[in-house]
Amino acid sequence: MIYERPNTVSEAVEILSKSHEKKSILAGGTDLLVQMRSGYYRPSHIVDIKNIPEATQIRDDGDTFLVGAGVPGAQLSEHVELIKAWPGVIEAMDLIGSTQIQGRATLGGNLCNASPAADSVPAMIAADATCIIAGPNGYREEKIENVVTAPGVSSIANNEFVVSIRLAKFKTGRADAYLRFIPRTEMDIAVVGAAVCVLIDKKGICLNAKVSLGAVAPTQVVIETAPQILIGTRLDEETLDKLAKAARASCNPIDDKRGTIEYRTSVAGVLTKRAAKIAFDRAGGA
Amino acid sequence: MATALKDFKWVGTRAVRPDGVEKVTGRAKFGADFSLPGMLIGKVLRSPHAHAKIKSINIEAARTLNGVKAIITGSDFNELPSEWVPAGEVQINFRDLSRSIMARNKVLFEGHPVAAVAATSEIIAREALALIKVEYEILPHVIDVEAAMSPDAPILHEDLFTAGVEPSPKTASNIAKRVDYSSGNIDDGFKEADVIIEKHFTTQPVHQGYIEPHATVASASEDGQCSIWTSTQGQYVVRAYCSEVLQLDISSIRVTPSEIGGGFGGKTTVYLEPLALALSKKAFRPVKMVMSREEVFRSSGPTSGSSMKIKIGARSDGTITAADVELKYQAGAFPGSPIMPGCMCALAPYNISNAKVVGYDVVVNRPKVVAYRAPGAPISEYAVECVINEIATKLNIDPLDIREKNAAKEGTRALYGPQFGAIGYIETLLAARGSNHYKSKLHENQGRGVASGFWFNIGGESCATININTDGTAELVLGNPDIGGSRASLAMIAAEALGIDYNKVHPIISDTSGLGYNFLTGGSRTTFAGGLAVNEAAEDVVRQIRERASKIWDIPEEAVTWEDGFVRPAGTNAGNFEPLSLADVAGMAAKTGGPISGHAQLNAQGAGPGFGTHICDVEVDEETGRVTILRYTVVQDVGKAIHPSYVEGQMQGGASQGIGWALNEEYIYDEEGKLQNAGFLDYRIPVASDLPMIDTIIVEVPNPRHPYGVKGVGEVPIVPPMAAVAGAIADAIGVHLTDLPMSPPRILKELNKKQ
Amino acid sequence: MKTHITTTVNGEPEEFLCETEQTLLDILRDELNLTGSKEGCSSGDCGACSIILNGRLVCACLVLAVEAEGQKIETIEGMADGEELHPLQKNFLKDAALQCGICTPGFLIAAKALLEKNLNPTEKEVRYWLAGNLCRCTGYDKIIRSVLNTAEEMRRK
Ligand SMILES: Cc1cc2nc3c(=O)[nH]c(=O)nc-3n(C[C@H](O)[C@H](O)[C@H](O)COP(=O)(O)OP(=O)(O)OC[C@H]3O[C@@H](n4cnc5c(N)ncnc54)[C@H](O)[C@@H]3O)c2cc1C
Ligand code: FES
Ligand code: FES
Repeated sequence: MIYERPNTVSEAVEILSKSHEKKSILAGGTDLLVQMRSGYYRPSHIVDIKNIPEATQIRDDGDTFLVGAGVPGAQLSEHVELIKAWPGVIEAMDLIGSTQIQGRATLGGNLCNASPAADSVPAMIAADATCIIAGPNGYREEKIENVVTAPGVSSIANNEFVVSIRLAKFKTGRADAYLRFIPRTEMDIAVVGAAVCVLIDKKGICLNAKVSLGAVAPTQVVIETAPQILIGTRLDEETLDKLAKAARASCNPIDDKRGTIEYRTSVAGVLTKRAAKIAFDRAGGA
Repeated sequence: MATALKDFKWVGTRAVRPDGVEKVTGRAKFGADFSLPGMLIGKVLRSPHAHAKIKSINIEAARTLNGVKAIITGSDFNELPSEWVPAGEVQINFRDLSRSIMARNKVLFEGHPVAAVAATSEIIAREALALIKVEYEILPHVIDVEAAMSPDAPILHEDLFTAGVEPSPKTASNIAKRVDYSSGNIDDGFKEADVIIEKHFTTQPVHQGYIEPHATVASASEDGQCSIWTSTQGQYVVRAYCSEVLQLDISSIRVTPSEIGGGFGGKTTVYLEPLALALSKKAFRPVKMVMSREEVFRSSGPTSGSSMKIKIGARSDGTITAADVELKYQAGAFPGSPIMPGCMCALAPYNISNAKVVGYDVVVNRPKVVAYRAPGAPISEYAVECVINEIATKLNIDPLDIREKNAAKEGTRALYGPQFGAIGYIETLLAARGSNHYKSKLHENQGRGVASGFWFNIGGESCATININTDGTAELVLGNPDIGGSRASLAMIAAEALGIDYNKVHPIISDTSGLGYNFLTGGSRTTFAGGLAVNEAAEDVVRQIRERASKIWDIPEEAVTWEDGFVRPAGTNAGNFEPLSLADVAGMAAKTGGPISGHAQLNAQGAGPGFGTHICDVEVDEETGRVTILRYTVVQDVGKAIHPSYVEGQMQGGASQGIGWALNEEYIYDEEGKLQNAGFLDYRIPVASDLPMIDTIIVEVPNPRHPYGVKGVGEVPIVPPMAAVAGAIADAIGVHLTDLPMSPPRILKELNKKQ
Repeated sequence: MKTHITTTVNGEPEEFLCETEQTLLDILRDELNLTGSKEGCSSGDCGACSIILNGRLVCACLVLAVEAEGQKIETIEGMADGEELHPLQKNFLKDAALQCGICTPGFLIAAKALLEKNLNPTEKEVRYWLAGNLCRCTGYDKIIRSVLNTAEEMRRK
């Protein structure tokens, strides 16, 4: 097993472009090391991206933030402007694992590990985030919802990697929220996750909205009817009930050790409704 | 007894533990922290199947791998006769033990060892395991206890016939044993009842969940001498079991216990020790073996899961008139669930004239169960306590009142035979009722539950030596691994008895060669039985001190008294001498007859039964089924708290394990009998943010059969929580749940049914 | 092939050779004989292996040893200042915040990281910060109290 630590994006792409059989990007390692240790996966090459400046910084790019794919959660939770702009994304990231896990785990790793239960992914989807991907043909930018294609499978090619995540800057009237259900209070993987982002006008009328769910289908789900249900309303009880119903209808979960189909579907509605209320309050709609 | 009421200098204080600094600085050596020069790493190949015939094992490719020094399989072990010998709270069959640590013709659970390898590195050992070819013929398996009892169930052992039924069965069965206890006539009793509640309960196997995985180093030398360093609750038990399984002289094995990172009963048996020793005997090099967390879950522990039927009748004033209890406990792959203590404890807190308890010990394709804190009792008592809570609700009687009305007290004869002595059950109920917690108000979606629990507590074999140094300090040599502060408690007892400063007593835990046989750290016996031995050893020291003083003063021994750490002449007739301290006499030891050393060896009798009562408040999220523990109080009669902090710690720790058992802990198997949650991510033990502070109320009704009144503390606190939590949930949502764990999906389902 | 790594451990320069698949925990325990960091799970769930890596609390079992090149590592062995125990260590002893003690090094390191960031945490903050440190013996009560006591004591100084 060979370990490499490139210093630039192009060096990394060069290593990735060589025909090694099993290459793994190492960001925080909180998924990769567990998989290696359990014998589930054994890469031949490990490419650590934590020495690449673009992947380890949070940069102000004019209208947007560029969050390096190797930035640990603990550092995101210290970034005042990001928290103000995207409380939901940051709280989703912050929910991942323990304080110790936060010292290492990254948004990029959470995304590229491609688990249907990944906490930050629905939140990034609701936030309309994108990711910057580097490969042999240079950079490309992809919407987050197009990255995870099946459990454990992503649309990032073998010779590509995610350099950073792009998130818009703060905007008055816009706010997001993320809630998940776990049996304990910490240290569990989401049984259901619900992310909601709303944009409201000064009177509290919803102008736009995006809602995404995790752990209720093979990949994260975008509730297509959510804008239709929410736009033009003040997120009153009746509207939220409609949203909860739409959330349940969009579930296609499995029965597994973490939850039953019935339970996941039912709680998806509850959490969507609760998260929508929080986002609405945060946007100033209370 | 008078001494128990006396004021003590050390006993009852919160002294800093002698092994504390080692443990907060990372110096203390736990099982996996031990290494020897030239050491090999051992790894176990485990069955991927729940039930299969082993058709062949081919080790050739592994044997020739560079760095592999030894391989063992079932054929390296002798067949032992099947017989049951008592081992403290439970019984053990060495044939089964031997088969459980290394499969012979058949694997009986996923994780069952089929071979072990010792190699020069862990990486090579793993490679070697991958090269061992095992051919299996998969057999149908059974995981659930009811399914295992059905006539068409797959049979685990063709030679297992149910014991305890007349006439003896002719066909093999998974039911290893039937036991029963009864008194009075339950039919008559139920006729007297105004209300009868009959319910079926299930509980899941739960793992002890110690944070330190099993770890051992074994070293066999060419002359047959064997040394083992291991994390265990009993070095002498490891020695005995290794000697039986490997057919070695007891004296050829020396076992040194490491510091132990939790056991809760789970480290009262052997898994790795005989394998490491067998490998070392082949390689003639030390062999270290450490389980991964996954191995801990797949192949060690747990305690039984169960299926139970409870029927209890009571008059409208709350008097219980009859109880009919049927318990079916999973034993795992070999007979030996804690069904006996389960039956004996089920109704022990109550004085019930008409009672019947029947129990079954049932084998299933899971790892063989091993003791877990009050083995067997939390299961049966949970079910009984739930029914008592439901009767209280139905009769509109306070749950503490109904317990008080039926409570066992001094003189009550327990269903399993003996008459209780000075027990403190009612005192715990009164203390619970008087607590601020019980008087506090609840809000919407909140509920309160109470439950009580009983455990025998045991005595058993203990030895102690106290060597007095010439400066008056003392080495206290103990034979029980210290899992949670026993060095401190026993050193306090020694200091008290010797009249010296606690900080001058230096306790050490001996290996098996330094002290006579000591039974396990278990059964809540360490402070009780160990304390008796320490006290006797101290009396032996005092006797010698008096003898030395009589020599120094040249007066008869009877004329020397011992008081508050000094020898004095008994009255003026005896002579006019200045009192001498222990240090004074010790300083002259060489001139007065040689070193001063006190010993005791005993088989402690008269452990006092323990009772506790818990109060639990919960809040239920009616939309998700989540239960939050808001407040929790543990009340327990401990006889006498030698070190109150560690007594509270036992109460708090036991309660939180019980809360985990109640809410989230369970084994999840797939259809092939493979465990799906062999890790702390999905085997959900409580984390810090799941729990509130756990309040404790220590009740002290001294044990007259112990010089300091000690009863035993460690096990009772895991008995009441499941029913206390269930009672609180019932109070909050109006549904009495009957299946553990009471996880969110299960609660949501009940809530939906109700609507 | 083994890689040569140079790091700083508890303020001292340190070198070792390692295989890529070895974790930092493997190296600390097996090569550097710093066995105070414990292995309870090797999967990030128990926190017994907690260390501070470049100022951040992490699980040593989830860090590759090769990643340690040029980094600063703090372990339980460096927590006391010579003879003087850290206030958390002293209070853990006084408050009986350990039973078996296997979880103790992890809790101490994690609690130290907390108090360095926030000397005035609420009970809830302490509980959530320490949620990645499992203890099966104590029910957490005395550990949480001890951390709160230490914070208060350190605030007064
Ligand atoms: C105890 C514990 C608790 C956890 N709890 C949670 C939880 O609550 N919620 C949750 O969602 N997850 C949880 N996880 C999983 C994990 O921590 C997260 O998925 C985390 O965000 C992964 O980030 P990482 O940087 O550590 O990923 P890594 O392990 O470094 O990488 C994960 C995968 O993505 C690939 N990868 C990483 N970065 C890139 C990149 N930039 N470009 C391309 N591929 C890349 C890697 O090759 C690997 O396959 C938990 C893990 C542990 C050990
Ligand atoms: S050993 Fe690292 S978290 Fe458990
Ligand atoms: S003290 Fe034993 S695990 Fe915490």
